[in-house]
Amino acid sequence: MNWLLAALQTALFVALAPLLAGWIKWCKCRLQNRKAPSLFQPYRDLLKLTRKQPVVSHQASWIFTTSPYIIFSAMVLAASIVPLIAVDLPTSANADVIVLIGFFSFARFFLALAGLDIGTAFGGMGSSREMTISSLAEPAMLMSVFALTMSASTTNLSFAIGHVLHEGLVLRPSFIFALFSLMLVAIAETGRIPVDNPATHLELTMIHEAMILEYSGRHLALIEWASQLKLLLYGVLIANIFFPWGIAETLAFESLSYGLLAVIGKLALLALLLALSETLFAKMRLFRVQEFLSFAYLLGLLGMLSHIILEGAR
Amino acid sequence: MILVLAYGSILFSFASCLPALAMHQHRHIPSLSRRLGFDGSEDARFPVLMRQAVFGLMGLSGLFAILAGLSVLAGGEVLTGRIGLGLPWLPWHVRFDNLSGFFFLIIGIAVGAVSLYGPGYVSAYEEDRHPFAVLSLFSGLFIAGMLLVLLADDAFFFMIAWELMSVASYFLVAFQHDNPANRRAAFLYLLMAEIGALAIILAFGVLASFADGFTFDALREARLSTGWASVAFVLALLGFGMKAGLVPVHVWLPEAHPVAPSHISALMSGVMLKVALYGLIRFCFDLIGEVHWQWGLALMMLGTLSALGGILYAMMQTNLKRLLAYSSVENIGIIFMVLGLSMIFMAQNQSQLAALGFLAALFHAFNHALFKNLLFLGAGIIHHQTHELNIDLMGGLIKRMPKTGMLFLIGCMSISSLPLFNGFVSEWLAFQTALQVDVIGNGVLRSLIPVAAASLALTAALAAACFVNVFGIMFLGLPRSRHSDKAQEIADRGMLAGPALLAGLCFLFGIVPGPMIGLINGVAGQVLGASLPDGARLSWLHLAPVSTGQASYSAPMVLAGALIAAGICFRYLRRSPATVMRRADTWDCGFGGLTPRMQYSAIAFTMPFRRIFAKAWIIDEQVRKDSQGAMGQDVAAIHYSLQIQDHSWPRLYQPIERAVNKAARLAGRIQTGNIRTYLGYSFVTLIIMLWIIS
Repeated sequence: MNWLLAALQTALFVALAPLLAGWIKWCKCRLQNRKAPSLFQPYRDLLKLTRKQPVVSHQASWIFTTSPYIIFSAMVLAASIVPLIAVDLPTSANADVIVLIGFFSFARFFLALAGLDIGTAFGGMGSSREMTISSLAEPAMLMSVFALTMSASTTNLSFAIGHVLHEGLVLRPSFIFALFSLMLVAIAETGRIPVDNPATHLELTMIHEAMILEYSGRHLALIEWASQLKLLLYGVLIANIFFPWGIAETLAFESLSYGLLAVIGKLALLALLLALSETLFAKMRLFRVQEFLSFAYLLGLLGMLSHIILEGAR
Repeated sequence: MILVLAYGSILFSFASCLPALAMHQHRHIPSLSRRLGFDGSEDARFPVLMRQAVFGLMGLSGLFAILAGLSVLAGGEVLTGRIGLGLPWLPWHVRFDNLSGFFFLIIGIAVGAVSLYGPGYVSAYEEDRHPFAVLSLFSGLFIAGMLLVLLADDAFFFMIAWELMSVASYFLVAFQHDNPANRRAAFLYLLMAEIGALAIILAFGVLASFADGFTFDALREARLSTGWASVAFVLALLGFGMKAGLVPVHVWLPEAHPVAPSHISALMSGVMLKVALYGLIRFCFDLIGEVHWQWGLALMMLGTLSALGGILYAMMQTNLKRLLAYSSVENIGIIFMVLGLSMIFMAQNQSQLAALGFLAALFHAFNHALFKNLLFLGAGIIHHQTHELNIDLMGGLIKRMPKTGMLFLIGCMSISSLPLFNGFVSEWLAFQTALQVDVIGNGVLRSLIPVAAASLALTAALAAACFVNVFGIMFLGLPRSRHSDKAQEIADRGMLAGPALLAGLCFLFGIVPGPMIGLINGVAGQVLGASLPDGARLSWLHLAPVSTGQASYSAPMVLAGALIAAGICFRYLRRSPATVMRRADTWDCGFGGLTPRMQYSAIAFTMPFRRIFAKAWIIDEQVRKDSQGAMGQDVAAIHYSLQIQDHSWPRLYQPIERAVNKAARLAGRIQTGNIRTYLGYSFVTLIIMLWIIS
């Protein structure tokens, strides 16, 4: 039963991901005084892509054609260990937050290889930039995760969320620093403005899009879906770790549906915030990103130090 | 019985020298070959047979080492013995415990893989210029030396075995001595190995001056003041760190490893560095016994520096074997960092957490031996097939050499510490150790350790970038040179079997690390006197190093989940026959003619890193344009050159070199070259001696 619930939660994760992307697009359009596409447009795009015939270069090796499946399953695995509407599901014991970061780097490894596979300049450029940014983002993310896991004294996400729930509403300086740090990392890792622009195909600015330029059909659908899933994963991490209230602690139907409503509400707010920041800020130069990310690292470090200095030993 | 296995493995490695010597003789003494039954007509078969005999004996040595290591790890007892060689009053003491057994296992696996790989690889050497007899003689001595170091139980025997290992490997580095650069690399290696050995002798000397004898048992009993213990520790760290390749005494490593034959670089990088690690562990945790947190801090900082420096330098290399050598510096750095953590926990009386760190360090050492061997053997195959080591001249090899490509990919994934592979498990354990920092009372340590852990994260991410670069440029894209365009899959089965064995083990220990970690837990139990915390679980399914509430990782479940998820979308998406994949030309933006030169190269790939971490190297980058046309308005050609240098040369070694030269010049003043002066010196010496005696 619990395993079934865990599988259902993962499926819900996968199903909700395009909706979040649609909602962000909707908010951005309204904020920029444009007419918005339907909330369900990402689903239609994905469906359209799966029906198309994929065209693959003669140069492509098996790395290129299997990477979409690998990337997508890595993201689904990541989704299976992040509590969305309920904590204490059995899958959360399979992996902790460090393994979660491992899943992300697994997906990125193959995405970058796929970018290099065809042998065009675009792919290599995208791969090189993606690996650069991620290698700066990873320590920053780990720093903010450390600040959290040290106060919860566990790296298991489910237990950490449970710990925050039981502590109640305590104002912890380390959490606030970690929250901001994680938000900055999330922006960089999911390729949003000001680090990358998901809506552009201009070679000077793009990172993620450059790597997947050669993809089409179902391969493109899987990669797009995986990146939407990654966005949702970061959103849920921020929403459920720092504001876990509402998440189901028992597996009764009411608390689960309450948990679902709560997480949708939290995500809608977070997405609105993201859309607002994307409207207000412009994309920055590539070699400014390191400053952005070292700021995130600094925030994480401050969070950890304030945990050590202010919040004392266990 | 177990000791017999261990002796057996050493005897087999000595024995593997013999056929080669016989073979060498046979070339000079025709009667010998006739007596052995080889006439002129069968002469071609003789070297093949000898190669197989040499590597067969080496394989037996590896097998015996694995058996000996496993049986002592399973039994958990300490075996001692004596060999009646050595000094009259000091026979060689032998001791075989869990720690030695674990390193026996590492050497055994590596030697086994190399013995499968070797016969095919060495067949490419021309007998006249690079005689096989020399190669196999010193390989056998080298392996025997490493195994003897692990068995030694007195300082004298230890140093003899250590020197055997160092000197034999010097001859292996100098094997292709017709190239002056190789001779220079080999000399640098010998110089640093001997300076390191001196430091180790001094370290033993410090211990021995407080003990009655040179056996390790006597050294264990020695009671040192903290000051003298620290002196011994610093000397040992210098000596063993020099062999292990810690920054800043790592400079011999990127010079020596690329010039040795690939299977030897695999052994040097994968195994010999681990023997140095063994030496340090034996010296600090076993002989000195009582460790201090300051030592742990020093080890952790040096380790972090080596890890970051190693991977940053590795990234900028275009010579594949140099790159792998620098990456060994990185991995040794990670191991020393975690070992430092373990020392800090030990000094803070958290022996169970110290066991966790110790375990993470040893498991990473084991994993590094597997994947670095795999990568060096893969580099050997690629060099064999393309005659090329510059990654910027390769490309598209995955279609030409699919099996090698697959094996190399597994190596790259393991070294980038991706989940499902063994490198990830040990780094995960390292992070778990660092996260236990809350139990430490000292505030400075509490804030430094997470910073070190974040550097570990940076190292891991940079390693992933580095190996995406390596694999992507070498195997993917279009071939960048004629050699790599013409490359073919290797025909020799053994040359694939060796790396395949290692790749299989990388995957196996990535999925079921539990049993191996259980064995290392036994080593920690014997060396530290403590094993993992009580709540820890090490089943084949779940891995929970502290307690299930703190962290757990189940690689089999992750693998199952990945297979299910990929299987569902694979089946679902490929139902319709209308969406069968169509092959077409690459999109060239309508201009036509994509050439291999338009691809990203390794130098281009790492450009953002060069800009961001510019301070880490000494970069000399030059772009020269040749102009043509009446006003020089057209660019005819662009020349780009890039030189990247290690900081340690101008900062550390050149001042030392200058100081040595200066001292030599001062000392040279007394040498006038005039016979009368020398007679005067003799006379004065004689007078002084007489005065002293009377």
